[in-house]
Amino acid sequence: MYVAVKGGEAAIENAHRLLADRRRGDRSVPALRIDQIVEQLALGVDRVMAEGSLYDRELAALAIVQSRGDLIEAIFLVRAYRTTLPRFGYTKPIDTAAMQVERRVSATYKDLPGGQLLGPTFDYTHRLLDPELANGGDADEPAQREAPSERMARVSEILAHEGLIEADGELPDDHVTGDITREPLEFPLARDIRLQALSRGDEGFLLALGYSTQRGYGRSHPFVGEVRIGEVELELDVPELPFAVPLGRIRVTECQMVNQFKGSAKVPPQFTRGYGLVFGQSERKAMAMSLCDRALRTREMGGDITAAAQDEEFVISHADNVQATGFVEHLKLPHYVDFQAELDLVRRMRAEHDARENAGAAETREAAE
Amino acid sequence: MKMDRRQEKDVEAARRSAMAALAAAPADALKRLCDEAGLPGDAQLLRGPETGLVTVRGRIGGGGAPFNFGEATVTRATVRLTTGEVGHSYALGRDREKARLSAIADALWQDPVRRSEIEEKIIEPLRVAQREADARKRAETAATRVDFFTLVRGED
Repeated sequence: MYVAVKGGEAAIENAHRLLADRRRGDRSVPALRIDQIVEQLALGVDRVMAEGSLYDRELAALAIVQSRGDLIEAIFLVRAYRTTLPRFGYTKPIDTAAMQVERRVSATYKDLPGGQLLGPTFDYTHRLLDPELANGGDADEPAQREAPSERMARVSEILAHEGLIEADGELPDDHVTGDITREPLEFPLARDIRLQALSRGDEGFLLALGYSTQRGYGRSHPFVGEVRIGEVELELDVPELPFAVPLGRIRVTECQMVNQFKGSAKVPPQFTRGYGLVFGQSERKAMAMSLCDRALRTREMGGDITAAAQDEEFVISHADNVQATGFVEHLKLPHYVDFQAELDLVRRMRAEHDARENAGAAETREAAE
Repeated sequence: MKMDRRQEKDVEAARRSAMAALAAAPADALKRLCDEAGLPGDAQLLRGPETGLVTVRGRIGGGGAPFNFGEATVTRATVRLTTGEVGHSYALGRDREKARLSAIADALWQDPVRRSEIEEKIIEPLRVAQREADARKRAETAATRVDFFTLVRGED
């Protein structure tokens, strides 16, 4: 029997009104503007774009304000908004070698063409809080230096010449690029599908899994071949124009993880690779993604699945924080009827248990007498 | 006069390049330039401006098989001028006025009589601004380039 319970409308309405008030906070403090968030909380905006899987800075910033800075809630809002828009199509694949590079480092080659470009990094800062920032804290103009405008080849292209590293990941010619926003997941997954899921996956979850591989749960001997951050052009084929129409540029972070591999029955000794590609400046996420990508290729490399990070069903099914938060948080919604049923069941089991205990005790007593 | 295939290709490439400058333009800069150039605002809207999504693709390992890695908002418009030219625009983001103005500029660009005016008053200033911004960013990045040097240790 299903029993509908009504009530709570006024409470809900007032709760939302209270939420709006608390979100705004002290009215004597100026309200945040969207452009302030886009400019000054840029990496939070990037995270919402990456995991919300929607590149639009202003929308991500709006979601951050609306969610009071709860980034998973903001990601949820962005995902919900996406579903209201029509689709114009799939862009041509971006060319990260043609990137306008803002940062590019390699841990494997000191003197690579184009050099080590630190860019706007937290690396080598002392991680000391800066009290100046509490009072506004003006910043100096950045230094400039003459820049060669050469195309910056990816490290993987440099390594490829020796033949000791596997090629960029190819899929069979007849493979149709999968899209998890269109078709349900069907395990086992092709690598393109896994990468799509990882690129929008929760940074914390992927970080923990990547870390677990470093600590020995599916070790993969990784080196950062290269991390690069910068802007790439987007192009879209449309029926009304005889050429791919340029859309403008987006900022992405790419990580080429290079893994020493002793070989297996299927693969000779060589360097294998994991790949990370994420919206915005999201270096930690791109690195974690590439560690997970490599771990999830264990079976393809002829290895046994022994660790959580290698188990694609485990990793991909739990990487989406909108799904995860939905299922965990739904537990707090009314379950009165379910609970009543469970309560009856536990009462009955307890009564039976007590009856058995009493009967058992009586038998023991009789036997002793 | 009929254009041969090569001329046609050249015109296509030039139109594409103009559309690239329009798509990359900051909305306020484009609006200002259109105002200053006195662009006709009375074009008939055939489609949009409307906002939708494109699914963004990358390649595995940078150069391998394609995969989808996210979506982006795009706004597009199509207009027809009173003189008959049809113009299109596509650009990242959700600025409808930018989409409308870009489509008008594209339509005017297709009129060989107006082309040089559009190039000069709209497209070229946008390109210059973009080139300068890119050059500044490259120079700022170049200043963070590591210059390694070797410390000589011991004798010989």
